Amino acid sequence: MRRRRIAEAVARVRWAALARAGVSEERWDSWPRSVRRAVRATFWVAVGLVLVALFGVWKTSALAVAAVILLLVVPSWSGLRVGRLALGKWVAPAVVLGLAIAYPYFVGSLPQLPIFGPFPQVSTMVVMAIFTMMALGLNFVVGYAGLLDLGYVAFYAMGAYMAGWFASDQFASRRVNVGAVGLAEGWTGLHFSIWLVLAMAGVATAIIGVIIGLPTLRLRGDYLAIVTLGFGEIMPQVARNGDHFFGFNLTNGTGGITPIDGPGFGTWAHEHLHLPANYLTAGNLDSVFFWTALVLVLVTVFCSMRLRDSRLGRAWVAIREDEVAAAAMGVPLMRVKTWSYATGAFFGGVAGAYYASYRSGTFPDDFFFNISVFILCMVILGGMGNIWGVIFGACFLSYLDREGLANVGAWINGHFGTNLNVPLYEFGIYGVIIVVVMLFRPEGLIPSARQAAEFHEGVHDEPLYDVARGAGVTEQGAT
Amino acid sequence: MPGTAVVLVCALVFWIVENIRVDGFAYFCNISFIGLTNGAVYALVALGYTLVYGILELINFAHGDVFMMGGMFSATMILSVFGLHAHASAGSIVPAILASLAVAMVACGLLNATIERIAYRPLRGAPRLAPLITAIGMSFVLEDVAIAWKGPSYTAVPQVLPTGHVFSVAGVTYTWEKLIVVVITVPVLAGLVWLVQHTRQGKAMRATAQDRDAAAMMGIDVNRTISFTFVIAGALAGAGGLLYALYFGQIRYDTGFQLGLIAFTAAVLGGIGNLPGAVLGALAIGFIQAFNEGLTWHAPGSDWTQSIVFSILILILVFRPEGLLGERTPEGA
Repeated sequence: MRRRRIAEAVARVRWAALARAGVSEERWDSWPRSVRRAVRATFWVAVGLVLVALFGVWKTSALAVAAVILLLVVPSWSGLRVGRLALGKWVAPAVVLGLAIAYPYFVGSLPQLPIFGPFPQVSTMVVMAIFTMMALGLNFVVGYAGLLDLGYVAFYAMGAYMAGWFASDQFASRRVNVGAVGLAEGWTGLHFSIWLVLAMAGVATAIIGVIIGLPTLRLRGDYLAIVTLGFGEIMPQVARNGDHFFGFNLTNGTGGITPIDGPGFGTWAHEHLHLPANYLTAGNLDSVFFWTALVLVLVTVFCSMRLRDSRLGRAWVAIREDEVAAAAMGVPLMRVKTWSYATGAFFGGVAGAYYASYRSGTFPDDFFFNISVFILCMVILGGMGNIWGVIFGACFLSYLDREGLANVGAWINGHFGTNLNVPLYEFGIYGVIIVVVMLFRPEGLIPSARQAAEFHEGVHDEPLYDVARGAGVTEQGAT
Repeated sequence: MPGTAVVLVCALVFWIVENIRVDGFAYFCNISFIGLTNGAVYALVALGYTLVYGILELINFAHGDVFMMGGMFSATMILSVFGLHAHASAGSIVPAILASLAVAMVACGLLNATIERIAYRPLRGAPRLAPLITAIGMSFVLEDVAIAWKGPSYTAVPQVLPTGHVFSVAGVTYTWEKLIVVVITVPVLAGLVWLVQHTRQGKAMRATAQDRDAAAMMGIDVNRTISFTFVIAGALAGAGGLLYALYFGQIRYDTGFQLGLIAFTAAVLGGIGNLPGAVLGALAIGFIQAFNEGLTWHAPGSDWTQSIVFSILILILVFRPEGLLGERTPEGA
């Protein structure tokens, strides 16, 4: 309600300003669309220029970034068509992707942002991409199917330990090499190619997801959340105590498994296709890891979009909106929920394995409950169920985690003479974000229209997710 | 399913009997006393979960952190306000502890009610998972408040409670600090039962828990009753926080998260929404933890306590969601 009033006020101001410039509402409407679009774009660019000038970063690269951001903001792009192809909706993603691919080349010449300091380093971008993948994986469960998963870190851990088992010296009594690169003299243990390990980790984690899901997915929303939390807490404890698992060293305990092999394409691909033979010895280590992570994110985005529009994805949305109605329409609840779990787990596992390979190690202390909430916060902040929203949330929060908070803290301490250790309060800040978003904009910053409607109107006369309660009278709109 | 349960219980009994045979009965009794004391602290926290769940069907995720704040309030009272130290005289300890108890209970009650007002009440008509998510957010906020207040490391509380023997018979010793924990817990629980069963406000709470709309039609101020429930739950957590700080002697910002999950498990084990069930579940979890950590014959040890507790939680939720004492409800399955 309040938002609509704000929007109306903005519209009034806009028409008043146009009328002063001699353009009435009728005259504006009589112009051709292309003219209107150009006027609107010019206006936004002008606003952007003013903003950039105000912040005092007057460099060509800053202008370029500002222009790109503004082009993304200008809404009329989405209608652009060439012939029968609706190119418009791909403009924004393509521009972002192009910028991301070229990022390692121009990051050095980017200016400092006010408050946030320098743009993230390429190594941070790798982590951002990996967390984006995890957040998109969690989005299958939380965003699409509407099941709250508080133990997503378990899948991340499982993927990381798959990399630890199949691409390191952990099992020294064996000696297996399946396409691994960059092995030292006298290596022992299982060494699979990281590409293979990624797939294996995804599949193994998906299977774990099914095993966890089958008994628990019958539970109602909040019980399911607690059970997943339980699994998320058990998994790292197993990892921590797994060095004497009935006398067998499975996880190397608190020391973790390190080092883990890096990815690589081997010498043949290096000579013929100019792909890096071994990422760890490539000169631009972070950049190649970043580009590979981008490919993984693209695959995840592609799967997200295709699955969302598939029969399965529509079934997920149906059970999210009304489980009983979905079941009545013949949606097999258990199978559909288990699939969402398995899909989410798959991407979590792949991301975990890739991260382990990038960090060249996996340690039980990385897999606390905090990480589950961290990833959940990304999904909530960006907008549950919306791919672009989740990507934004993941990039922003993992940037804050890696560099942003420290920079902001330094800025605050520098300007106000305080001595705050801002990164210490990281999770409190995420807590505030979660509470504020849920209270004021539960559909997230970039919501899908469908989710927004659900949150604001509800989809039937009982609260969402609350299907097992039967025909009880419930409060609606009591806020 | 009953067959499996019987097998599990038999295995548990066999394991305990075998342990008694290996370690001797006196040792087993001493371990049990530890379990009883743990269980008493867990009961205070578990009751808070169960009260709130009973009335709102909300897992108050921040409850464990309210308990932790209770411990922090108590630590401040004991250390800074009364300046108690180990082996202080009984004359100074008793009023100081009672005053700290009162302060912790009042402060935590108000804190819990404030959380409800800020984070849960605006979402009462929202999807069911929305308040659960804000509860997680509030839990993190409280932890960081504690970090800002007391720092990220342990706050040590001096050993104020006397540690002498109440009795020591044939190797079975019961010490004063364990007795005092129980002695403080029991009247608090009795007061709660009296409040819920025999007062007008308690009747309003029960009515609201049963059917919020019907209660409102009967003239019960539902929002006030819910706030009152949160105050009571917070006060119990505050008492638990004081006992924890006194008995374990150290408390940290994340103490509440772990203990809160254990207490929640206790509430689920007993049957969530059921007050005697929460106490029973808490005692059971307390004993299980003490046996696991104290007994020697094939006990997994403290490394695995958390996994065992969560496994119990998962098994209970999957196979008997209504808990030990709960009734089978439509939402249970």
